[in-house]
Amino acid sequence: MTQTDTAAEVRTSANGEAFEAETVVKSNEEVNGEYRLLILDAPQRILNCRPGQFFHLLCPVTTAHQPYLRRPMSIYGFYPERGELHFLYKVTGEGTRALAELRPGDTLNVLGPLGHGYTIQDDWQNLLLVARGVGLATLAPLAQEARRLGRKLTAICSARSPEVLMSVDLFREMGAEVITVTDAEGTSGMEDIRATIEARIAAGEVDALYTCGSNRMLKLLQDIGAKHGIPGEIALEQQMACGLGMCQCCVRSFRRDNRIVHERVCREGPVFDMQEAMGW
Amino acid sequence: MVDLTAKIGALTLKNPIMPASGTFSEDLADVIDMNALGAHVTKTITREKRGGNPTPRVCEVRGSMLNSIGIPSKGIDYFIQNVIPFYQKYDVPLIVSISANNADDFARICEEISVPGVDAIEVNISCPNIEEDGKAFAMRPSTTHQVMTQLRGASDLPLWAKLSPNTGETSEVAQAAEDAGADALVVANTLLSMAIDIHSRKPKLGNLMGGLSGPSLKPITLRMAYQCAKAVDIPVIGCGGISKAEDVIEYLIAGASAVQVGTATFINPTAMITIIAELEAYMAANGMADLSALVGSVRDDDAADAVVFMETAP
Repeated sequence: MTQTDTAAEVRTSANGEAFEAETVVKSNEEVNGEYRLLILDAPQRILNCRPGQFFHLLCPVTTAHQPYLRRPMSIYGFYPERGELHFLYKVTGEGTRALAELRPGDTLNVLGPLGHGYTIQDDWQNLLLVARGVGLATLAPLAQEARRLGRKLTAICSARSPEVLMSVDLFREMGAEVITVTDAEGTSGMEDIRATIEARIAAGEVDALYTCGSNRMLKLLQDIGAKHGIPGEIALEQQMACGLGMCQCCVRSFRRDNRIVHERVCREGPVFDMQEAMGW
Repeated sequence: MVDLTAKIGALTLKNPIMPASGTFSEDLADVIDMNALGAHVTKTITREKRGGNPTPRVCEVRGSMLNSIGIPSKGIDYFIQNVIPFYQKYDVPLIVSISANNADDFARICEEISVPGVDAIEVNISCPNIEEDGKAFAMRPSTTHQVMTQLRGASDLPLWAKLSPNTGETSEVAQAAEDAGADALVVANTLLSMAIDIHSRKPKLGNLMGGLSGPSLKPITLRMAYQCAKAVDIPVIGCGGISKAEDVIEYLIAGASAVQVGTATFINPTAMITIIAELEAYMAANGMADLSALVGSVRDDDAADAVVFMETAP
């Protein structure tokens, strides 16, 4: 549904229902110099998640930090069998600074799961994802889903240096073939990544492309996808207020049927068709 | 047993809690029981399709937020075909918020939206984002009277005039709306505001300025609701900074007959549901049978008009 359609049904979220729920912090530790892993004890009803969906977190108000609006955060992992919800985050602003102060036993109010996640179509046997930095968190549940469906996954993980590469072990555990590229080793340039992907396409090993967040990566994958006729999906970010679609705050522009439409990242997204997404 | 019923003119609401326009949509049905609310108030629509303002459309300030969404609208046809039928499945009055950039267009949409399924029309004569130079009809008594007279002639449905805090003539504007035939006043919309990022030196909103909402707006709109309740005989619906039952009680004591909850729903989508339960519990605990025990009960000891209608801090 677009903002300009005249005849479309009112679209519901992927799950049809979302919950505001109190969770309890199990742990909230630094993973390396840059990221923290928040593990929550969460009720079963909010753990019916899809890869690429997000939660809207009511970050705690502390003496030092007073975030007001909720903060959207991609799901890093959801484990109904253990009753756990995982988030991987980088401390960058008022909201994440407040989150970093959470201690085991503290409560955290979360809203979700929200939005439309990644899809894996039946004929997409060989999946390739490219991610950098905290974007890897968004793509981690996709690896889990790929393994569940018995698909072959290649993960290109990019970072500043080998020390801050994230989630490599997690992707390997999920049976993915991991290719690491870093700025320090001079292997993370767009043309290097293009060569790696195109070599695999030439070998017939890529049916779909996935990424998130980065404008440069979007442009690269759009170009590769268009050239070789390979579909893809991207998870986008945008500043949000309500996270449910009511406020119309988090719109982005998309190219569809030769016109530009605006869609809400929280509701119609956060995952969108790679070719429809527009750079920013 | 507490009776939470609120009467707004000819309309009877099961309780005095309803959403503020722009902070509510069909999407909330994913999270709450929509039948629990006193009314459903939709986001302002315009006749024509509109795209809305550039992003960022929202930013937070200490304990509150600014927005300049800009009334993106899918147009009236989409609304009548898709949105009204959605709300018809609930046993809750539907209040449709409308706006336009001039009085003729305003009257036209007012007439066209007066269809079965709509129980009242909230006329957004106050949105600070779209009127020329930020000037809204509701800033002055003369422009308020003019547009409300034309709107009154365009529909037989109850008309709720949504007033603006961006005026120095609160009671005069309220009286102008009443005189021109408004059935109720919604007091009030957001307050024109600004925030700047000190590092980039850029305004934090894509539209440079926007409307303040949230707890920090409450003392201002509460004062206005009080003044309006003193100035007119039609019901006043309080709106601004309500996030808990105590806020509702304060508005009712000031003279409001019902209230709208807005920004609080962004923070806690279940806020209205919680507020209804807390209001009922408060009234039961204090032996109040119905809302008349609260509405207009402010003990202002026959304050002089000169004090009640002040438009500046003494």
